[in-house]
Amino acid sequence: MFGKLTLSAIPFNVPIVMGAVAFMVLCVIGVLAAITYLGKWKYLWTEWLTSVDHKKIGIMYMILAFIMLLRGFADAIMMRSQQALSYGSNMGYLPPEHFDQVFSAHGTIMIFFMAMPFIIGLMNCILPLQIGARDVAFPLLNNFSFWLTAAGAVLVNVSLAIGNFSRAGWLAYPPLSELHFSPGVGVDYYIWALQISGIGTTLTGVNFIATILKMRAPGMTMTRMPVFVWASLCASVLIVVAFPILTVTLGLLTMDRYLGMHFFTNSLGGDPMMYINLIWIWGHPEVYILILPLFGVFSEIVPTFSGKPLFGYASMVYATMAIAVLSMLVWLHHFFTMGAGPAVNAFYGITTMIIAVPTGVKIFNWIFTMYRGRVRFDTPMLWTIGFLITFTIGGMSGVLLAEPPADFVLHNSLFLIAHFHNVIIGGVVFGVFAGVSYWFPKITGFRLHEGLGKLAFWFWFVGFYVAFMPLYALGLMGATRRMDHYNVAAWHPLFIIAAVGAGIIALGIGTQVLQLVVTFVQREKLRDTTGDPWNGRTLEWSLPSPAPAYNFARIPIVRERDAYWDMKKRGVDLKGSTFVPIHMPRNKATGFIMAGCMFVTGFALVWQIWWLVIAGFAATVATLIRHAFDDDRDYHIGADEVRKSEALYDRVKAGSV
Amino acid sequence: MNVANEALAGHGPHGAHGAHGSGHGPSQKQYIIGFVLAILLTAVPFALVMRHSGIGTGVLIAAFAVAQIVVHVVYFLHVNNSPEQRWNLTALLYTVLMVGIIMIGSLWIMHHLYSSMTPGAMHHMVWSAKH
Amino acid sequence: MSNETLLMQNGSAALKPGYADHAADALRGLRQSGDAVDFQVEHHHDVAATIQLGFWIYLMSDCLLFSGLFATYAVLHGHTAGGPSGAQLFDLPSVLTETMFLLFSSFTCGLATLAMNANNRNATVGWLGVTFLLGAGFVTMEVREFAHMVAIGAGPSHSAFLSSFFTLVATHGLHVTCGLIFMVVMMVAVLRKGLTETNRARLNCLSLFWHFLDIIWVGVFSLVYLFGVAH
Repeated sequence: MFGKLTLSAIPFNVPIVMGAVAFMVLCVIGVLAAITYLGKWKYLWTEWLTSVDHKKIGIMYMILAFIMLLRGFADAIMMRSQQALSYGSNMGYLPPEHFDQVFSAHGTIMIFFMAMPFIIGLMNCILPLQIGARDVAFPLLNNFSFWLTAAGAVLVNVSLAIGNFSRAGWLAYPPLSELHFSPGVGVDYYIWALQISGIGTTLTGVNFIATILKMRAPGMTMTRMPVFVWASLCASVLIVVAFPILTVTLGLLTMDRYLGMHFFTNSLGGDPMMYINLIWIWGHPEVYILILPLFGVFSEIVPTFSGKPLFGYASMVYATMAIAVLSMLVWLHHFFTMGAGPAVNAFYGITTMIIAVPTGVKIFNWIFTMYRGRVRFDTPMLWTIGFLITFTIGGMSGVLLAEPPADFVLHNSLFLIAHFHNVIIGGVVFGVFAGVSYWFPKITGFRLHEGLGKLAFWFWFVGFYVAFMPLYALGLMGATRRMDHYNVAAWHPLFIIAAVGAGIIALGIGTQVLQLVVTFVQREKLRDTTGDPWNGRTLEWSLPSPAPAYNFARIPIVRERDAYWDMKKRGVDLKGSTFVPIHMPRNKATGFIMAGCMFVTGFALVWQIWWLVIAGFAATVATLIRHAFDDDRDYHIGADEVRKSEALYDRVKAGSV
Repeated sequence: MNVANEALAGHGPHGAHGAHGSGHGPSQKQYIIGFVLAILLTAVPFALVMRHSGIGTGVLIAAFAVAQIVVHVVYFLHVNNSPEQRWNLTALLYTVLMVGIIMIGSLWIMHHLYSSMTPGAMHHMVWSAKH
Repeated sequence: MSNETLLMQNGSAALKPGYADHAADALRGLRQSGDAVDFQVEHHHDVAATIQLGFWIYLMSDCLLFSGLFATYAVLHGHTAGGPSGAQLFDLPSVLTETMFLLFSSFTCGLATLAMNANNRNATVGWLGVTFLLGAGFVTMEVREFAHMVAIGAGPSHSAFLSSFFTLVATHGLHVTCGLIFMVVMMVAVLRKGLTETNRARLNCLSLFWHFLDIIWVGVFSLVYLFGVAH
């Protein structure tokens, strides 16, 4: 009846897990109770969960990402404290099978459910505003994509309470991830969480490409697009190219595990190396999918806070496009040690060094933009400078690893861990925080508390170096990744320092939570009445904060790069006295229901509850077909309503409300 | 106003034609040409293999496959270089490049792996284009 | 006067693809002032073009998905682990028949598109019906081939070669099956609502999907069956 699922799947005998589960359940119950108490269920359902508004979907993505950041960081703290303790006779507090789950979950969550939702959330909130569009090309699909991502995230977290998570690392290399060596449900949770969210990500890529190519305001040629839009375009292209490969790779692993096939087994002709080849064809572009949009974010922040146009727009665009092709040519550097021989290793080593060039071009462009500018050091700019320094160091250690002979020594060591945290925290995480603090007023209508923002930056910045510089040293001293215990006396102090660094980062995250609370409390004081708090250059700043549901009452005609700066310079008034009805997509529950059905299907697949698999899948298809016959998809916001809301914003701006 | 109207609408894809679906759809002739070519390009390689004609069959199969794919793209999918199709064409060419990189890269890598890691394992074999 | 000057200045830029339609609409009887335009009329053409581009990009992603499967098959196809090879298993005449089913269905699908463009509802549904039957014939033959192979002890779990063969070919077959379901839904939709804007846009997507699957099949019969036997 319930497949492999029995009551014994809940780990009652593991106090750490049960503590975490209890905490999670209490949080969920607390939130549900609060919503009920405030009577907000209907509001939540009609205005948020079923919303097709790209701004609200973006906010939901970022809320999900922030929650997952907390979850992934909890895993990180556990690893750091375990390694600080478990030297010599002390075995630490995490048994190996639990430690293995912790590092697998940390990597999976941080990449798929923290970094990806953050960047997709930012793109959702800002991209249509920057190109002068009223929504994305396929608004309902956007809602569906979000819920698929959320379904994947929930599936990973369910594994904490029911069953267990994968112990095979964040990429689940076979043969370890094959049924023979991982007979439990852990790898299955991993597979289905990633498959479901991966479909969502692919659809998002398709959606954004169509949006950028088809929905730009009149006059916005490709070469007048803000660099963030360019970067999002290239990242979306890479999503569409790379994520299908992830789907295939995990699909083949599924065939092995569920149907007894032999793609990656050690027997009957299977070849685990093919999995490693395939997963990195996805994996390397994925790195650039994460970082490119944030390169775009920095390219918006640096000109704004330097009061100058971006230096080298064209070279920035070419560099971004070059990365979109080159990033598909370097995947083998993740497995130089596989033994493909010198010709192959040399080719991929050289392409890896080449891809550092366009990135270097970008770094110089940002520095030259600041050069002789009037640089304002607000929080977004602090994160940007923190990024420039940290990312450059991380990039250099990456070029070191691009040498196959050096890689043979450093492969799978903590040096590698230090390297990719150096670029991912220094690039992606700092970039996300820069972008969030930059666009927060546009998204919510009020600025983030500045003082706490700066404090959080310094905690993160210092904490990062304290936590990860020791790992470089440890790697060179021979410490490998994923160790739950060691006996080398010289390593111990460095692991303790790294744990202290993680503690400092924890203070940074705590400060950020406090910053959100304080900002909410002081929201009237921090309200952005101008719509343009930073003296911005791109079209989103021409709108009130937060932007109305329809974004633009009138679609701007773009005549220059930095369109809004140009309009301010020429004293153009975007508002007319007349308004027309605006055509808008209607909110629909279809995306939520379909993703919900797919979540149920995924859960049933993990536990092999076959009747539920069939029911869930049938319900998904039925919902889709039913939707196809639904003609009530859009409505108009009346001209009067538009006039009223625009007039209100005018009065807010004039300070009379 | 008229001048501007022409400047904007006249050259734009579909111009000011209010009606849809008329004038720029595919023609029956295109489908028939495509169909006949596709039949030919299918029949010949099948005949070659079924008659065991031997030498160069591999290359010929590949050549016919590529030719047939081009025929399908042009005559059935109607991809061309017109302004309204430009992004479709760009996307297609980029995809072809990516597919090429993935296929050739994987084969090259795995081929080298087998020849370096398992001595004398060519019978264990990766597919190669030598047939 | 100033408006028109402005628009003429913008004219050349606005002709680039992507927003030319917007700009043209902006002029068609719309109020326009300063540096902004209202969009008043519905842009069915825009919407249809956007849907088609979006669907095309989805097809490209599907193409990449198949490239992963093709690469895997190409790498593993010699890994027969002492079991049967392609040359021993494949029956080319029956593959040729399958291919013809799909090729004819591609042609009838094209005829359905032509009927749609000629606003002939019954012919559209009729040709879709013929396409459906041909597609269903293809899927039936494929299922029978699989059943036969499993029956003679050459199922997907016997070697890496067979795993990759079954997965590649069945993934294509599953796509065709999805196409068949799509087709039924569209036939019902056209019969119930006629050749509406929405139905036209979707029929265009369906026809892209169907022709695309035929292209994938060209790859399958060339790389898997013909190479397999010629080896």
